[in-house]
Amino acid sequence: MTTSVVILDYGLGNIRSAQRAVARTGADVTISVDHDAAVAADGLVVPGVGAFAACMDGLLQVGGDKIIAARVAAGRPVLGICVGAQILFTEGVEHGHRVAGCARWPGTVEELHAVRLPHMGWNTVDAPAGSTLFAGLGTERFYFVHSYGIREQAAPALDGATVTWAEHGGDRFVAGIEQGVLSATQFHPEKSGTAGARLLANWVDTL
Amino acid sequence: MSLAVRVIPCLDVHDGRVVKGVNFENLRDAGDPVELGGVYDVEGADELTFLDISASVEGRETTVEVVHRTAGEVFIPLTVGGGIASVDDVDRMLRAGADKVAVNTAAIHRPELISEITRRFGNQVLVLSVDARRESDQPSGFGVTTHGGRKSADLDAVQWARRGVELGVGEILLNSMDADGTTGGFDLEMIRAVRREVEVPLIASGGAGRAEDFPPAVEAGADAVLAASVFHFGTLRIAEVKKALEAAGYPVRS
Repeated sequence: MTTSVVILDYGLGNIRSAQRAVARTGADVTISVDHDAAVAADGLVVPGVGAFAACMDGLLQVGGDKIIAARVAAGRPVLGICVGAQILFTEGVEHGHRVAGCARWPGTVEELHAVRLPHMGWNTVDAPAGSTLFAGLGTERFYFVHSYGIREQAAPALDGATVTWAEHGGDRFVAGIEQGVLSATQFHPEKSGTAGARLLANWVDTL
Repeated sequence: MSLAVRVIPCLDVHDGRVVKGVNFENLRDAGDPVELGGVYDVEGADELTFLDISASVEGRETTVEVVHRTAGEVFIPLTVGGGIASVDDVDRMLRAGADKVAVNTAAIHRPELISEITRRFGNQVLVLSVDARRESDQPSGFGVTTHGGRKSADLDAVQWARRGVELGVGEILLNSMDADGTTGGFDLEMIRAVRREVEVPLIASGGAGRAEDFPPAVEAGADAVLAASVFHFGTLRIAEVKKALEAAGYPVRS
């Protein structure tokens, strides 16, 4: 049977690119905001762009936090992308304004300590050997566009998680994180050419 | 680890078709932006920029459709500029599949448009496109133009770039109207002048003729390089530009 993936549509993010990129892996992809469909799918992608607070607002309005919680409880995979990855952490701080996240991982999303922001473009990542997402991917570059993230210097112990790091302007931050059914990337795999396609295929293979 | 210098081909789209010469072998239809975008993707483009030069409402609608089709076929970032004048215009382009939009004339007339857009969508979606030329009466020596370089906006280009960043743009596309089309190289002085004043990513455009023209633009402070005709006419391949950048010691995406 074909693997089913739902892209959670809560009004933020370039949903079309995510849909098409995941569909290229052979999965049956639908864009939906329906609670039951999102909980029942083999895989759920949570996209997101822009501000942490706006994304959390949108997510809460459609009950996305409950969808994610229900999936984790049922052992069903979730992939967060960009701000969709950030909202899986404890909280986000933008311009001194603190907003609670889904708290699936401990950590505060904050502005990177780099002169040139946004961090925009193709960067390399430092993936640990045990990573499923980055299996078969070595020196490939991925497309990032963000100013905020989980900085290594301020990161709590992410015990049990497989963490992939990236660096910009001397600051190291979480580029990817995997733990149980939860996976997330700070960069955009759906915009990262063949390297991104490989990563998405790696994820779909686990569903 | 560090960011690769982005090499960005720019396509002028009019009523859904690519205009200006496009001269590629093995292309069924040289005027189809989607097909051409796919070719550039395969050739290693790090991003694509569509400049909508349609004059009519119908033409702009067609561009939305082109963006929609391209985003379904090409898996690299896509920027759309030309005629963006409102938050709704941005919303439409992002929904169609654009990752970033570029504003130009409308922001000159009404600078608060910049903050309106970035408040809603974040600063990473917004590129300020600055068409500039040498104007001796401006403090920096560079002035902003409109109408494809034909009219002076009576605005200092460096100050305008800085103001754009203050209002929230996440990136500057600096196009030299003096160098544009000359194939005599980028306006390095202009790149340096803007780089000194802003820290956001800077895309240099205008004047590229040879692969050797690109490394000096990066040396002058550009994070990305954009060109149109040299790529369309096949004078230069994207791989040649990347090879020249790499030979000069700059990281590129292979």
